[in-house]
Amino acid sequence: MNRKTGNGLPQSIDETLALLEGADYVADRALATVLFLSLRMQRPLFLEGEAGVGKTEIAKVLAQALDRRLIRLQCYEGLDVSSAVYEWNYAAQMVEIRMEEATGVSDRKAMERNVFSEKYLIRRPILDALSGRDGKAPVLLIDELDRTDEAFEAFLLEILSDFQVTVPELGTISAEEPPIIVITTNRTREIHDALKRRCLYHWVDYPDAARELEIVRRKVPHANQRLSDEVVRFIQRLRELDLFKSPGVAETIDWASALTELDKIALDPETISDTLGVLLKYQDDIARIDEGEGRRLLKEVKAELAEG
Amino acid sequence: MPINPSLPKTADADGRIADNIVYFGRALRKAGMRVGPASIKDAIEAVLAAGIGTREDFYWVLHSVLVTRHEDHAVFDEAFRLFWKSRELIEKMLAMFSPIAPDRREKASQRAAEQRVASALFDGHEKDRQKREMPEVEVDARFTVSGNEILRQKDFAQMTAREIAEAKRAIAGLKLPVDLIATRRFRPDPHGRRADPRAMLKGAMRTGGDLIVPKFRSVRTVHPPLVVLADISGSMSQYTRIFLHFLHALTEKRRRVHTFVFGTRLTNLTRQMRHRDPDEALAECSRAVEDWSGGTRIGEALHEFNRLWSRRVLGQGAVVLLITDGLERDDVAGLQREMDRLHKSCRRLIWLNPLLRFDGFEARARGVRAMLPHVDEFRPVHTLDSLSDLCASLSAGRSRDADPRIHMDLGNRVAA
Repeated sequence: MNRKTGNGLPQSIDETLALLEGADYVADRALATVLFLSLRMQRPLFLEGEAGVGKTEIAKVLAQALDRRLIRLQCYEGLDVSSAVYEWNYAAQMVEIRMEEATGVSDRKAMERNVFSEKYLIRRPILDALSGRDGKAPVLLIDELDRTDEAFEAFLLEILSDFQVTVPELGTISAEEPPIIVITTNRTREIHDALKRRCLYHWVDYPDAARELEIVRRKVPHANQRLSDEVVRFIQRLRELDLFKSPGVAETIDWASALTELDKIALDPETISDTLGVLLKYQDDIARIDEGEGRRLLKEVKAELAEG
Repeated sequence: MPINPSLPKTADADGRIADNIVYFGRALRKAGMRVGPASIKDAIEAVLAAGIGTREDFYWVLHSVLVTRHEDHAVFDEAFRLFWKSRELIEKMLAMFSPIAPDRREKASQRAAEQRVASALFDGHEKDRQKREMPEVEVDARFTVSGNEILRQKDFAQMTAREIAEAKRAIAGLKLPVDLIATRRFRPDPHGRRADPRAMLKGAMRTGGDLIVPKFRSVRTVHPPLVVLADISGSMSQYTRIFLHFLHALTEKRRRVHTFVFGTRLTNLTRQMRHRDPDEALAECSRAVEDWSGGTRIGEALHEFNRLWSRRVLGQGAVVLLITDGLERDDVAGLQREMDRLHKSCRRLIWLNPLLRFDGFEARARGVRAMLPHVDEFRPVHTLDSLSDLCASLSAGRSRDADPRIHMDLGNRVAA
């Protein structure tokens, strides 16, 4: 909090909301609050939620709106230090050793300094994120953290709390300006408390109808007004059903675009069953909606729209 | 709302914001959330950083710092409503941010109200988790010295209290399974088959680059996650209790063991099982479970598991142990569907059924016939020996004697 604040960061929750909106991200106040705090207190933001509710998008929008570089670390099982933090360029180091031998350098200390110098350090995303200059620190997106195993979380603790990385051969490298860190997870497993404790937590939920409609309006601007209204209401009802995987906002946008591409201006049962694959990704769910529940939902939506 | 530039770094001498946040944090802790001193400090800092605009902002500011799990949201919401609303504290705090000094005379009476709300808050909470003692097993006076051999083959349900104690000790000493799966990580290994360039270079530095000695590494192996779904309905409770002891021994040795029990509904006992002492762990479990020894709805419990938990705990090659007698009364078609889903989401599904203790067990019950096609292994779980067998089978991989098809064929013949 003691840092100067003239680096383009929003100064209040309202400004944060406006910033996101300017980049076509329709956020609710809860998200704006936690985002503002994470920028203000320089704490990593930990976003959890179902797939397709716009977690990753927040980091992208943030980078774009604040005009920062976006560094993305996609997590996967087996991700380790050498592909996430740093790696030595072994081949070049070998050449260096041979060169020094040829020129007759015999001082071991000097040799070690030369071989393990920054020149041969390959920066992976996390180390790269520490290289931000004043006011231009990058946004570091650690995407789908739950896909790695627990061992990897431990690597993150140092960077999350102190914005530094320790390379045994070189020493500690710390950031001049801490990066803005956004971590997302789909909750396929629990993340350890030690990591969560260093972050600000937020559960990204499905948006309500009004906000979802606004999202569709912004993301699929050429969609027919009535169509988007029906699409949003249909999906909102779909989420109330006990489906194995409810459609996310990403699916809503995809569906609205798909229907617009098909030149539809309103929903009808045939179109729904033809395009259901855009919306639902499990055969059980598709079969269930196809078998008649889809028709019932559509009828309800139409009745609701007719009323008002 | 712009932040007041003259804002103090800590709460002012009156200290009521900080005090109240501390109290609130303690209330949350009592309600079962994990709120440490560090997060309370963060909460105070966050409130100062954001400034207090509206009640909603204040809510989300505290939420962002104090809530670290989605499940805690409901607790937080309720606690916030009770704690802050009744005392109009937020309004008072808003006043504190304004230049007019707050009225200090109010302080004493306010404290009293605080106590009332706090006690209301905690009382309601206590009611929720009424103590449920585990039914005591009566001490059987007819105890006769039974050799280890006999004990090992004795049905848990027929054991005396002393024998059960004995069995528990035996379980603690059981040779636990060493099932390992390869990960994509490496460990240094002189007999490994892959070169380790990093270690080689490091070693080379030691001699100033004169000697580059080959170093090797091999793939690191870990225990796969183990997920246990145990039936605690009346007929099953004795077996499940003993089995929980076995699970406790397992949970101590390996990190990823998730325990769920179900009767009429599903309860996650993973946290309770982490207690050091097995009896304490089980007492915690009985407290957490509402329907110990009640009825059972297997299909519904599995449905709930599939929907809420499977994606969270079945990743990374999990093995599922399902402990139930399979006697489903309600919806057999639903049970079949859920079993199928469960089977498809895990690496290995092992069904442990104490009914298998009867020689010539036949898969005649409709529930059993619905479940059998969807399991990889079908084993008994009624004696210490069967537990040892389970350990051996977890270590070894599939074995022929546990193939569910044996029973399926039998059942089909009988049905025909």
